[in-house]
Amino acid sequence: MPIKSLDDLKRAREEALAKRNLKSAAGKIQVIVGMGTCGIAAGARDTMKAILETIEKDNLQDISVTQTGCIGLCEREPIVQVIVGEQPKVTYGKVTPEVARQIMHEHVVNGKVVDNHVIPL
Amino acid sequence: MRELSLHLLDIAENSVAAGAQNILISVEENTQTDLMRLVVKDDGQGMNAETVKQVLDPFFTSRTTRKVGLGLPLLKEAAEACDGSLKLTSKPGEGTVVEVEFKRSHIDRMPLGDLGSTFLNLLIAYPHVHWQFLYQLDNYRFVLDDEEIKRELEGISLTEPAILSYLRGYIETGLAEVTSNSA
Repeated sequence: MPIKSLDDLKRAREEALAKRNLKSAAGKIQVIVGMGTCGIAAGARDTMKAILETIEKDNLQDISVTQTGCIGLCEREPIVQVIVGEQPKVTYGKVTPEVARQIMHEHVVNGKVVDNHVIPL
Repeated sequence: MRELSLHLLDIAENSVAAGAQNILISVEENTQTDLMRLVVKDDGQGMNAETVKQVLDPFFTSRTTRKVGLGLPLLKEAAEACDGSLKLTSKPGEGTVVEVEFKRSHIDRMPLGDLGSTFLNLLIAYPHVHWQFLYQLDNYRFVLDDEEIKRELEGISLTEPAILSYLRGYIETGLAEVTSNSA
């Protein structure tokens, strides 16, 4: 199978651009995954993978996914934080890929916080 | 951590935290010399000689949220247990190079694991960094320099589903091609 070409990238760019124009009014959503040594050892890479897969499969636009280092809650890793628009940051603990998908569907898409995984800070 | 690709992710996170703008990750496997060599090279803030020594001590860390750092010391121990080594070269203001070698066929050598996920993770999470990834198995190699991709995208976010799908496909196919060609 040939490696994807630059033309494929151009097409992907056009596609992203077209969809973005349709949805530019939507508020920006930020998803932050703890990727310190503690997070990685607890499985944060798989959590991140599940988040990216959900974005891809469900075609979710305007979401920024970033990482952060150790925030001092190592025993609760993998940790994921979600910021929707101007709302306060919500911190989740023990986010397995399964929980990550749930957070993406319920919180990121539908705006409903997944209460049983929230770490009260 | 049970995969070398997780250690690479961990080391690269250190590079990002050190303010690096350019980060190179390379994995080279040679079945002739029976060597597996991993390199992470950055142009971050670097460390002085004393800190370099301390970094390999499991009871030292520069972070303030917790009192021990275990990433590099554990990897060093794992490499040495496989007739290999870990070398750390750093200079304040210039950057840091971590080089790890393993005897490739050593029974205790950790598997490389999901290298594609490590690459994709870093690419997506730190778009301001210029990433260069290389994976070589004998005479076959996969190289990804994100400069061209970012130039082509002209500011479109890497997390847009279509772009994400392109990048994942690009990395997965590229890595799979190297492995299947040499098999």
